[in-house]
Amino acid sequence: MKLTDLATRLDLKVFAAEGKLDRPVAGGYAGDLLSDVMAHAGKDDLWVTIQVHPNIVAVAVLKELAGIVLVNGREPAAETVERAEKEGVPILGASAAAFELVGRLHGLGVKGS
Amino acid sequence: MYPRAVVERARATGLDIIAVTDHNSTENAGAVAEAAAGTGLVVLPGLELATEEEAHILGLFEAGTDLGPLLAVVYENLPDVPSKRSFVKDQVIVDAEDGVTGFNPHCLIGATRLTVYEAVGLIHGHGGLAVASHIDREAFSVISQLGFIPPDLELDAVEVSPLMTFAEALAAFGPHTAHPLVRFSDAHRPEEIGRAAMEFLLARPSLEEIRKALAGREGREVHPS
Repeated sequence: MKLTDLATRLDLKVFAAEGKLDRPVAGGYAGDLLSDVMAHAGKDDLWVTIQVHPNIVAVAVLKELAGIVLVNGREPAAETVERAEKEGVPILGASAAAFELVGRLHGLGVKGS
Repeated sequence: MYPRAVVERARATGLDIIAVTDHNSTENAGAVAEAAAGTGLVVLPGLELATEEEAHILGLFEAGTDLGPLLAVVYENLPDVPSKRSFVKDQVIVDAEDGVTGFNPHCLIGATRLTVYEAVGLIHGHGGLAVASHIDREAFSVISQLGFIPPDLELDAVEVSPLMTFAEALAAFGPHTAHPLVRFSDAHRPEEIGRAAMEFLLARPSLEEIRKALAGREGREVHPS
């Protein structure tokens, strides 16, 4: 499934790199400890998190993630958006909490790697 | 990391003592201290340790301390990284003339496997002061990561970032912690040096004196600048 399809189906807000949504999502990973995500997330995974600081972009680039979804209605910091645009990392947002969002993603066929 | 720029900027903003606290490493502190020789600026070696819980703890040490053994423990506890690691080129090791002498191969941006208690213990074990970094920040602070400042964590001080004034910090955190509050620049770029500082009343510019000032012992004092 493409990230753009997920964004539409789940009514996600797009905060950054809107032009980069046409990419495949291989699976999903949920976590708020960057060290944990760095250790376990897979390439082309969609990352579900509450973290909004600029380091999330670095992690997404390092792990070649498909994109980041911020939950609980969280919005990325200004510097985060700037870095995400520069690196071409899509950042999306959902008002739902992580548990709920992951459930919906799972239902759409996005599984853990 | 440009030792000469750091020293120039520190002197220009009127600082007498600075500490070099790179993420998970102390390897550039010596170069900054060397660059400061003869300028009147005292440079203390240190590091900002990332704990397993992803809280940052500052370790500050007396000038001239051999931090090799401490660093060995830190490096041992950092994550192993895959061979594709383009971030290594940013992890420069420099000399006092701003020359790059090498690259640090460890995953310095990662979190160690040391808990906050182990981190504080490690810092104290090498004679240092342990300060909880930027507790006001939403990420990487003991409060953001643990939910609160553990009352049994033997910190020497808690730090707030330049994002709030000292008065705001005192009002927000004073009632919730017995530890002394400090406010430092957390400078990641030369232009950020000196944007926050504390004034110490000391007999001499040493870590031992700072320790006394934080504890309010023997007439040494610390105040917001």
